[in-house]
Amino acid sequence: MDNQKQEAAAAFKAFMLKTSTKSNLNLYDHLARLLTKVMDERPPNAVDVIEDLSFRVKRELLPDFQSTLRDLSLSTAAQLLAEQQGLLFSRVDERGEQDEELIESPLPNVNEISFFLEQAGVALGGREEMQRIFLALKQLVDSQPLQRCRLWGKVMGTESNYIVAEAEYREGDEEEEQSPEEAPENEERDADVDDEKEGAEEGNALLPQSTYKPPPAAPKEANGTGVNKYVYYVCTEPGLPWVKLPPVTPAQINAARHIRKFFTGRLDAPICSYPPFPGHEANYLRAQIARISAGTQVSPQGFYQFREEEEEEEPDAPRNSYEQNPDFEAAPIPKMAESMSNWVHHVQHILKQGRCTWVNLAAKPEEELDEDGEAEEKEEEPDEPDPEVGPPLLTPLSEDKEIRDTPPWSAKMSSTLNPQYAVAVLRSNLWPGAHAYACGKRFENIYAGWGLKCAGGFYMPSLPPAPQSEYPSGPEITEALDPSLEEEQTLKATLELQQAAQEELESLQGDEDEDEDEDD
Amino acid sequence: MDSNTLYYSLDLVSGSGHALNGEQRAALQTSLVLLKKNYKFNRVMFWGKILGIKEDYFIAQGKGHDELKDKQFLYSFNCMEWHLLPPADNAMVGEVSRAAKGRFMGDPSHEYTDYPLKREGDEATEAVELIKVTEERRLAVTVHLIDEEVSVVPRGAFNRTHLGLMNTNRCFEGLSHAEAGKLDNFLHFAKPKKTKKKLIQEQADLNPSIDFLDPLSDDVPKGQWSLQLENASSVCVLRSLLWMGLTFYHVPMTPQHGYVYFGYGCKNLDLPFML
Repeated sequence: MDNQKQEAAAAFKAFMLKTSTKSNLNLYDHLARLLTKVMDERPPNAVDVIEDLSFRVKRELLPDFQSTLRDLSLSTAAQLLAEQQGLLFSRVDERGEQDEELIESPLPNVNEISFFLEQAGVALGGREEMQRIFLALKQLVDSQPLQRCRLWGKVMGTESNYIVAEAEYREGDEEEEQSPEEAPENEERDADVDDEKEGAEEGNALLPQSTYKPPPAAPKEANGTGVNKYVYYVCTEPGLPWVKLPPVTPAQINAARHIRKFFTGRLDAPICSYPPFPGHEANYLRAQIARISAGTQVSPQGFYQFREEEEEEEPDAPRNSYEQNPDFEAAPIPKMAESMSNWVHHVQHILKQGRCTWVNLAAKPEEELDEDGEAEEKEEEPDEPDPEVGPPLLTPLSEDKEIRDTPPWSAKMSSTLNPQYAVAVLRSNLWPGAHAYACGKRFENIYAGWGLKCAGGFYMPSLPPAPQSEYPSGPEITEALDPSLEEEQTLKATLELQQAAQEELESLQGDEDEDEDEDD
Repeated sequence: MDSNTLYYSLDLVSGSGHALNGEQRAALQTSLVLLKKNYKFNRVMFWGKILGIKEDYFIAQGKGHDELKDKQFLYSFNCMEWHLLPPADNAMVGEVSRAAKGRFMGDPSHEYTDYPLKREGDEATEAVELIKVTEERRLAVTVHLIDEEVSVVPRGAFNRTHLGLMNTNRCFEGLSHAEAGKLDNFLHFAKPKKTKKKLIQEQADLNPSIDFLDPLSDDVPKGQWSLQLENASSVCVLRSLLWMGLTFYHVPMTPQHGYVYFGYGCKNLDLPFML
């Protein structure tokens, strides 16, 4: 008990010794000074005047400090955000009377989606937050020439979250991408090659030249096709400006398949991982969005159908365009919730290469690499790799692979008490957080999660590759055991025998020559 | 979260991606009141939802007089009929950790079996008992572990009387905005483990009647809590990265706080790779 009391006393003394933030005094010193003053002055009725004494002690210490300046009230982060979000609510009065024949708004019916999401048990925030998100989407649509815009979902991060919108540009309105990243890269690469050549010419014969050529990287798909079919915009809070994510390259998709990292919420954060990720968090986010879209964007069967083309140009090429089916008849909700064959994927599957359409990288360097891989024109060599083929577009979900005994999708009805007004909800087990709902002719896909895949089992980080061999092994540098004494002696004996035999032969031949000479 | 705060607090945690629809909320409000009456709980809380493959479990927690020790868990499929979960002890935790793997099925009678590794030359392999664990026990253990490891309360919300009983602090007015931004103002709502001995200087600030629980800032690995201000900076939200799905909310300058778990019931053991 004593120990506790001592500890408590020490703690309290430490508390008294803390300096005040306002006046730079501490209680311990003040009390010591006060009691010293009382000891010195010995006032009568000390207990009645102690407060005045205490005040006087403090005043004697403090310098006279008067200021007519007032503190500026710094706006807190909350106030700044509120200002930004206030802009969301301003109405654009410029247009005045809108023609009703104008293009149908690319915005979806926001309140309807919010209602269905609540029924499905998915939320990106409270009701007010959802309203703000939708107003932010409207702001995006007003500022960019978009043909179609959709709320893709929310990706959560450790410091802040991302709200992601999927958009499609109007044909012809797309800005030509100045690929500022690619141009300086090309220049750098050329400069490196020149430097290497110069170095070689200067007689860099001391160091062996590396014969390693990195395998050619698959080119990224053009905007509007395959993985880059849609453009994605993100913002951290609704009201803040939307940032466009760069298109994704196959290298980034493959690297994203091997790492498992949380998002931080800052688009320029570096990704520190092995295998090293080529890019920043913005690229990693874009790659994960691409993978999630390819794996979990589904629609009721029959909603989309393939466009019927008059000429079948390439029967081998995968069909990658679809259109809405005007004759779509919705299956009843309980059937949608029961069987997976009533749902189909409407986004192309990403191949192992990291693209949706396969590209033949082993082609001869003289011929240009076309993105469509015109393999029919080249001669088929037996060394060419087999083209990678993924499941075609609009395959039903019943053909999805199972993850280690768990089905890849879980389906439910949103309500068991009122099944006639319920909504069929699909939840992905492969990408936790990906949901799809369908109610009659309306359906939607939404993602609300951490942006990570769940492949059953634990994450196994990639091991570094085995060290490369420094030199080709041959008989000259292979180690061999030194011959033992007996082996050397036997070798010597055989050599002597051979020498003796040879000498005899030579002497015989010499005799024969002499005989021949004598004959001549 | 407390059953009497359900109608507004679910909105505050819905930033984590999960919500309950109107029907479930209404059912919960009714059935939790009935639970409180039937089991004579002091406080009944909606603890969360564990998502299984076929069905989801709704979990409720009832508290007795001592907040730390008297607690019981119940589960339900439709938010109306509740079943009591067995209390979890160390032996059960050990069994479940060995046998149960993968996702929750959604069927409380589903059995997980642990097949012990056969070593070469072991003759008595047939005599080894296979450990079987039902999903109900797995649920009890998972819920117990989550509550032990990642349940959160703000500092000052609970105090301890001189007799050692813990109860809600009626004078708690909420953390200020500045305090809500610091992780050491949030404490684990579980029996303190006292891993770190504090320096005398740090102890100066502490008040033994409210600082008897472990703060979150002492958790290892650092970075396993994500502290954010959401909903136009009006709510302070803490998310655990160790048990993904646990969300804690606190509205600064008000006594409103609570936590809920919406997730798969799997501990994130890959956490060190992901930070």
